[in-house]
Amino acid sequence: MKFTLNGTPRELEAHPLKRLLDVLREDCGLTGTKEGCGEGECGACTVLVDGEPVVSCLMPCAQAEGCDVTTIEGLSGDHALQRAMMREVGAQCGICTPGVILAARGLVEGARKPTLERVREALAGNLCRCTGYEAIHRAVLSAHAEVHENATPSATVVANENNA
Amino acid sequence: MRTATAPFTLRRARTLDAALKILREEPGTVPIAGCTDVYVALEFGGTPGTRYLDLTRLSALKRITTSGEKLVIGALATYTELQKSRFVRARLPMLVEAARLVGGVQIQNMGTVGGNLANGSPAGDTLPVFAVADAQVVLAGLDGERRVPFNAFYTGYRASVRRPDELIVAVEVPPLIGKQWFRKVGTRAAQAISKVVFAGVRGLETRLALGSVAPTVVRLPATEKVLNGGGGIEDALSALAGEITPIDDLRSTAEYRRTVAASLVRQFWSETA
Repeated sequence: MKFTLNGTPRELEAHPLKRLLDVLREDCGLTGTKEGCGEGECGACTVLVDGEPVVSCLMPCAQAEGCDVTTIEGLSGDHALQRAMMREVGAQCGICTPGVILAARGLVEGARKPTLERVREALAGNLCRCTGYEAIHRAVLSAHAEVHENATPSATVVANENNA
Repeated sequence: MRTATAPFTLRRARTLDAALKILREEPGTVPIAGCTDVYVALEFGGTPGTRYLDLTRLSALKRITTSGEKLVIGALATYTELQKSRFVRARLPMLVEAARLVGGVQIQNMGTVGGNLANGSPAGDTLPVFAVADAQVVLAGLDGERRVPFNAFYTGYRASVRRPDELIVAVEVPPLIGKQWFRKVGTRAAQAISKVVFAGVRGLETRLALGSVAPTVVRLPATEKVLNGGGGIEDALSALAGEITPIDDLRSTAEYRRTVAASLVRQFWSETA
């Protein structure tokens, strides 16, 4: 199959029904994409296909033929959201983190400042058993502010939105 | 890699005709699109089939449009596309709400309307909407198209009138008058399969449908009759008790489902008054 992986054209042989997750981890050696539940519930295996988040555990690799696939390795390691996740301690065990970052990337890079509600909706498909989500939500809002060179949202605003 | 792929084959069709030919010539072929049900079955050792046919290249079936009075939703429209469609938003807001509550964003980007219908789970989130909308299912075969009323589509648990060599190509929804109301009750607000799912319309006539309380999604003719005949909500709820058959399963109990079903009908009736 031919596809673009993190900006680079790739060609490889794989069974067309093989999960995209397995192609990424086994055939491409990119183990940043994690397997959590294997049934589309947890979002740990989230990657972007043509810019949109999907769960790679439920996608036959044939459906990614000709597509633009982005995994966590496709981010620089210095993306605003990656730094914000460190700063806000949005990761503990780290299994959900690559999926969370990819699922929230669109919000962070989008022009409109997301509300807390919008962040929650965007991440509804990503389960985290460590953080209780608050730190992740703070990281997304903080990264958006940084990318768009606004002030970091104050802790008060976040707290108020939480209580709304 | 846990999903066993070796003994299985996948074909990818570029045209509807080619897809229908494969279904006719290779009986037992399982059509796939978003894979959000089929791949879960495979992951847990189920074998929906050994031959698969990928439909995702049939981009014409993704379209959501109108034809005369009807809203026409292509079978490959995803839950995300339902939420974005101005036609769906204007005519069938309860379907937007149902689509918004299917899984998370990732599942909404993958799962399709046709898949929700074809999978035929009694918990399918869009199904009560199509039941109260009196939708028509458009089935295509090599010999042509036929339309089946949605409320006559299912014949039993996960069984429908779709022949193995037919594909669901669209759902057609006639104009709907009245207030639309949708509610899903699951374990948590996001990412949960329904314990009970409800859609209702209150206009010239009241129409009600419930999922997860019977082997298929059901309309509630006896309950509707009471409400449409000017009866009170308590009488309607007595009628309801006689026309649903919920069971205990891994997601909930019959008793809980009965209680929630009654609460939903009551809440619908007061909120749409």
